[in-house]
Amino acid sequence: MASIETIEQLLPQVRRDILRMVHQVNSGHPGGSLGCTEFFVALYQHVMDYSTDFNMDGKNEDLFFLSNGHISPVFYSVLARSGFFPVSELATFRKLNSRLQGHPTTHEGLPGIRIASGSLGQGMSVAIGAAETKKLNNDKHMVYSLHGDGELQEGQNWEAIMYAGGKGIDNLISTIDYNKQQIDGSTDDVLPLGDVGAKLETFGWTVINVEKGNDVPAILAGFEAAKAASGQQKPVAILLHTVMGNGVDFMMHTHAWHGKAPNDEQLAIGLAQNEETLGDY
Amino acid sequence: MGLKEYTFTDKIDTRSGFGVGLAEIGDQNENVVALCADLTGSLKMNAFKDAHPERFFQIGIAEANMMGIAAGMTIGGKIPFTGTFANFSTGRVYDQIRQSIAYSHKNVKICASHAGITLGEDGATHQILEDLGLMKMLPGMTVINTCDFEQTRKATHAIAAHNGPVYLRFGRPAVPNFSSELPFEIGKGILLQEGTDVTLVATGHLVWEALEAAKSLHKQGISAEVINIHTIKPLDDALILESVKKTAAVVSCEEHNYLGGLGESVARVLAEQHPTPQAFVATQDTFGESGTPAQLMEKYGLNAASIVKKAKEVLAKKA
Repeated sequence: MASIETIEQLLPQVRRDILRMVHQVNSGHPGGSLGCTEFFVALYQHVMDYSTDFNMDGKNEDLFFLSNGHISPVFYSVLARSGFFPVSELATFRKLNSRLQGHPTTHEGLPGIRIASGSLGQGMSVAIGAAETKKLNNDKHMVYSLHGDGELQEGQNWEAIMYAGGKGIDNLISTIDYNKQQIDGSTDDVLPLGDVGAKLETFGWTVINVEKGNDVPAILAGFEAAKAASGQQKPVAILLHTVMGNGVDFMMHTHAWHGKAPNDEQLAIGLAQNEETLGDY
Repeated sequence: MGLKEYTFTDKIDTRSGFGVGLAEIGDQNENVVALCADLTGSLKMNAFKDAHPERFFQIGIAEANMMGIAAGMTIGGKIPFTGTFANFSTGRVYDQIRQSIAYSHKNVKICASHAGITLGEDGATHQILEDLGLMKMLPGMTVINTCDFEQTRKATHAIAAHNGPVYLRFGRPAVPNFSSELPFEIGKGILLQEGTDVTLVATGHLVWEALEAAKSLHKQGISAEVINIHTIKPLDDALILESVKKTAAVVSCEEHNYLGGLGESVARVLAEQHPTPQAFVATQDTFGESGTPAQLMEKYGLNAASIVKKAKEVLAKKA
């Protein structure tokens, strides 16, 4: 388990990885990746109990499923910097013959990935399945998942949310990246989500709001509260209030950088705002 | 050349073979789990549910969620069998199967009842005739369509032992249960009847009809070879090629659209390796309708009489 100081060192480095990866291939999704950098670093450096000696079954360890697979840059960066595969492999992102596909996949055998995601709305069902298997295996470890807020417009989520609430899947902690942005604009403009927390509670979930979703101590406190609420016949959701593009000033508070890479000049500005702490890939 | 006699003591639905097979493997393998989307009775999953309630998951009317949960349950070593109608097992959840099961190479067994037009009175909304095509196009997916109770029971055992995603298609009507003495191996077709003039390649409920057609042709002096292809993918190319090299004419027989089904798979193999005149007993790019199974098989040309007619047509095309 990493110290808070190590986490603080990782954050700017992961942001640099994200910017450099998407810049290098002029494609990918920096906005949501940057917005969830603190979440991923906290999850993999402090919250989850796992082995980097990866095996698909993941028995007797915590599992994580990324449902909104387009934020693969942050996932790949944090997996690499947590020891799942060489950091140098980040240079292959989205290139031919790479294990680091545009969206995460098990197909190329990248350690740390247990399901393909990209077509939205499927990850919560998968996480529920893994949680059910943990119960059958009498495995007390947790299942974590991450979902975009815009992704909640996909109906399958509500099937999954109904199931998890109705069946009391209490070894599942699902986080919603609540940045209120999606490709075409704000979620309110595209399709209002309504009161997400109230909806989840009505479906039988315990809901924990993390108002400072880009603040590591706040995220860790949210996970602590979520773990404390687990095991009580109810699934737990964390509403993580994040800022899309966090850590790169011109990318913040806008949907514009959802799926757009920075040019050379913009990359330089972004990198200048994030110190190289652990060495670029 | 004489005909082999196939006999049966009872007519029974193929879905019951699934139900019995599932209960048997549930007893044998504690990693087998079953998921159902509110059709437990229709899928004959009650015996498994009663014997192993802790391994039976009632998902509710939420097939997309069921496919995702099944994919997730493989992580940790379970072997999930999903059960619902064929229509809701494929078309309704194609993207979930594609991404979470096929592309992710999860060990999920998608078990689909009420396939094809013999679902009967419920009509076209429930009669999927496109499922074999949908599923065989997914890389890595094994696709099986069984012909009777016993073959379905054996297939259920076989797919539990097979590592990888499988689509197992069966149905609702009671059909002759004749295959007790026949082996079942995934990917291996079964030579049911030897003949020299025309090859009938049949799958699912059309297999018994093909045997009946062979009898009728025999009486008319035409020697028909009958092959049961239960595994649409991977296809037993060798068995089909060996037969058509002898007969030089083929009729494919299936309860499915002629686009995307067994017939097209056979045609591809023949086009590449041994071009041969072929006729298709299948639905002709149409939806179904309400009616009894027998009425529908008659109207849509999916019975022994239709196979005989097509066999004669294709014989006329022989060089």
